[in-house]
Amino acid sequence: MVMDHKYNSIESVRDALSLLVYPIQLSVELPGSVTEWFNESLATRRKLQEEIDSLHTQQFMQKAQMQKFAALQAENIRLRELLDSSFEVGEKVLIAELMSVNLDPYKHQVLINKGELHDIYPGQPLVDADGVMGQIVHAGPYSSTAMLITDTSHAIPVQVNRNGLRSIALGSGTINRLELPYIPNSADILPGDLLISSGLGGRFPPGYPVATVIAVQHDPGNAFASVVATPLAHLNRSREVLLIWPSQTTIIETTANVPVEAPGDVQDPEEPAATSDTTAERDTPDTGAAAAAE
Amino acid sequence: MIRRRRHHGGGVIVFTFIIALLLTVIPLPDWALTLRPDWVGLVLIYWCMALPDRVGVTTGWFMGLMVDLLTGTLLGQHALSLTIVAYVTLNFHQRLRLVPVWQQSLTILVLLVLHQLLSLWISRIIGRPGVPWYFWTPSLLGMIIWPLVYATLRGMRRGFRVN
Repeated sequence: MVMDHKYNSIESVRDALSLLVYPIQLSVELPGSVTEWFNESLATRRKLQEEIDSLHTQQFMQKAQMQKFAALQAENIRLRELLDSSFEVGEKVLIAELMSVNLDPYKHQVLINKGELHDIYPGQPLVDADGVMGQIVHAGPYSSTAMLITDTSHAIPVQVNRNGLRSIALGSGTINRLELPYIPNSADILPGDLLISSGLGGRFPPGYPVATVIAVQHDPGNAFASVVATPLAHLNRSREVLLIWPSQTTIIETTANVPVEAPGDVQDPEEPAATSDTTAERDTPDTGAAAAAE
Repeated sequence: MIRRRRHHGGGVIVFTFIIALLLTVIPLPDWALTLRPDWVGLVLIYWCMALPDRVGVTTGWFMGLMVDLLTGTLLGQHALSLTIVAYVTLNFHQRLRLVPVWQQSLTILVLLVLHQLLSLWISRIIGRPGVPWYFWTPSLLGMIIWPLVYATLRGMRRGFRVN
């Protein structure tokens, strides 16, 4: 049975059985949701007014930013047309809530209250207001389990926002720490750099913020620098998460700054590389190295 | 007819297992997450000891499966280890009943450590990383609260005449 599971062949059995434990998950969730309901319905008028005010301000600010965004988006599409590459910005999203259920403390997983009935599928990316959180690993009918990016068996392809240097961010098992292995000592990466998802591997949509680099150590004895980043998403605090359906259009990388030596990494329009992140991304550092060497 | 009268109060057993499952996933503050005792294991050991003809290896397997589904571990990981724990308990149930509660606690410690060890082996085999020392504290806590669990469950068993 254990072996069976390793090869994902009894995923459907798991899904069916997860219906059995759903009542238990719900009843554990109940006290939390009841208190929340009480808090919402018994909040004072003044408090609500304050909240509305702050939300108004926030919305105003974001609208102002969005005006710029529309122009930038139009410009971006125009530039990409010039470069003969297609790019889709809009993606379908769905808001889900975390269920207050504790899972195995040695695995970084969360349970969310949407499942296959809401078209959720395993491998679907999950973000919160500040960055990428993780991906769905099991989708049950009503609830699904997501693995966070800091789990030790998780890896996400990223690139430095400043210069496009590509790498993978591996989970470290600590909630505020990601590791970037195989970054050469000569690479241009600094503490404070923003890491965004690169979209390679086809699982995470490109352009979402993932982490900021907090420490870069160059040890002359090692071939690679040790780079540590901290996730931007509030992995252990967020309650509301956003599920993304990445747009189906293939993204053709502009070959301007990508060297030709790594053909495996550039997504072919004919065969989108929809493989698992952990295995497929191992050769990205070569690109990163080459890109940095320019 | 006679058989039906002999087995009585199955609902109580199911109820205690459901409570144990609830306690397994109920939200705790961060510092207490790794200290959570293995409730399902404790309840399973009690019923295996008290009613070996009703609760046994199959129940252990099924409850383990439930734990796997609830906590998102590999399907079958807890099922296997709880099956083995149930089997060992069934073998020793008569001796376990005779000794005083504090001596039972020591045996419980061994059983719970066995459960965690088997679970750990499986997760190491599938490539999970090693665990810190406090991985074992749930077993110790399980040993400490065993007299309480024992008294509660025995009270329930006698009160509801489960046999």
